[in-house]
Amino acid sequence: MGQPLASVAQPAPAVGRLVSNTTRERAGTALSLGFVTVFLSVIVALPIAALVWSSRNDGWSGFWTAVSAPEAVAALKLTLAVAALVALTNALAGTLIAWVLVRDEFRGKSLVNGIIDLPFALPTIVAGLLVLALYGPHSPVGVHAAFTRYAIYLVLLFVTLPFVVRTVQPVLYELDTQMEEAARSLGARELTIFTRIVFPSILPGILSGVAMAFARAIGEIGAIVILSGNLPYKTEVASVYVFNLSQSGNGTAAAAVAVVLLAISFAVLLAVGGIRRLATRYERA
Amino acid sequence: MLKKYAVRFAALGYLLVVLLGPLSMLFWRVYVEGAGKAWTALTDPDTIHAFKVTLELVAIAVPLNTLFGIVVALAIVRRRFLGKGLLNAFVDLPLALSPVVVGLSLYLLYGRTGWFGPWFSGHGIQVLFALPSMVLATIFVSVPFVAREVVPTLREIGDEQEQAAHTLGASGWQTFWRITLPSIRWAVIYGVIVTTARCLGEYGAVAIVSGSIQGKTETATLRVQEEYENLNLAGSYGISLVLAAIAIIVLILMTTLRPKEGVS
Repeated sequence: MGQPLASVAQPAPAVGRLVSNTTRERAGTALSLGFVTVFLSVIVALPIAALVWSSRNDGWSGFWTAVSAPEAVAALKLTLAVAALVALTNALAGTLIAWVLVRDEFRGKSLVNGIIDLPFALPTIVAGLLVLALYGPHSPVGVHAAFTRYAIYLVLLFVTLPFVVRTVQPVLYELDTQMEEAARSLGARELTIFTRIVFPSILPGILSGVAMAFARAIGEIGAIVILSGNLPYKTEVASVYVFNLSQSGNGTAAAAVAVVLLAISFAVLLAVGGIRRLATRYERA
Repeated sequence: MLKKYAVRFAALGYLLVVLLGPLSMLFWRVYVEGAGKAWTALTDPDTIHAFKVTLELVAIAVPLNTLFGIVVALAIVRRRFLGKGLLNAFVDLPLALSPVVVGLSLYLLYGRTGWFGPWFSGHGIQVLFALPSMVLATIFVSVPFVAREVVPTLREIGDEQEQAAHTLGASGWQTFWRITLPSIRWAVIYGVIVTTARCLGEYGAVAIVSGSIQGKTETATLRVQEEYENLNLAGSYGISLVLAAIAIIVLILMTTLRPKEGVS
């Protein structure tokens, strides 16, 4: 009857066992997915949904009025500009620090390496207070940047320091130096070696670190709130503006501006995902 | 050779200006403002209460997020299902989201006109300006950390041992307790440490939902700001010193648990 021989020759599968395994597996998947879904819904998704919903309490025009209010625009502009500058600085300084930590040898290196993570462990409000102590009115080095945009820039550099270092460092560590040596023996200059060989391999690391630093800089409040003075149109960043709106009972307008911040966060996560996918494809090719 | 030193000093110089400089101010400021005054502020009942509230938040949020982190990591790595990308995005979201947005979302959900607000107030349960909303905010901001540590470890160890245990007749639970958990335990511990640090340091989200009521819903970080605004700088730096000491312990644990970061 046209039955292919191969299938006849196959041993009869232990039907009972196979079925029980897959049903048990399915039950396990269902159980864990159920728990994960309920947890994420209660903790993350429902609050976010409520935020998006509330932002449209006054209709589209209300949403637009809140987002395009001069103070909101000023705060968003400042936030984006400072965050972009912070991201750029991190791209350079983070790569430099990662390079020194992997390729250089000096006494106290492991201590320096350990201290890089400090901004992740330290409450950000303490970071703000410390930057204020060094670069504020009582500055022992004579720099008085408190309540200016420079202060926001400085404290955000403190808070975002580990991102690029920690994404570039492992890649640099795994990087085979044979190619660099080959290039060097063929007479390539150090700069050429870096831009042609090292840079392309660490670029995905730099980009995803920069994206996370950017997102962090956009959303930070604890480090900034003490330090910036929060002057509207001058040193008021978007997160502080949203905070102030919510405290003055203007929840709908606060939600509208918060939705803009939420959209930026999603865009950054999408970008990081894209970078990661590109990087793995590049590796496979 | 000269270039090498230039690069080294540029990197260390940057660290000095951005990180070590401000950090070195901590003891100095406490000393200048007066250690006695700092001690008075630290032993103030409201400050002690603030630390207690912070510890309560940590004690609730960290175990829940640890359990969630392990389950979600296992689901992401070992199971196949529709919508995995979406799940990943939601787990990562708190990393990229402003704490203010988190706090505001909860505020709107449990507020007077929110979806859940009327129900809870109808049953006499205070959510906003009380511990429940602060717990929710703290869990939200620290959701990703355990999962993000466990996922790569699970990928790395593969599932051969789990399959072997399964073939030999071990149940799912047995496989988890005897095979999976022991091999991911360091990742879990590392994730727990990072989660704890994040919960201790949370400011923005808790600031919105707690109302910062002195002696009631004030946490340690909110207390730092309160003291600063009351112009009690000694108190502000004193509490900061304690928080920084905890951070440094966390940091030491982090570096001893992760020796593979690329320092030879």
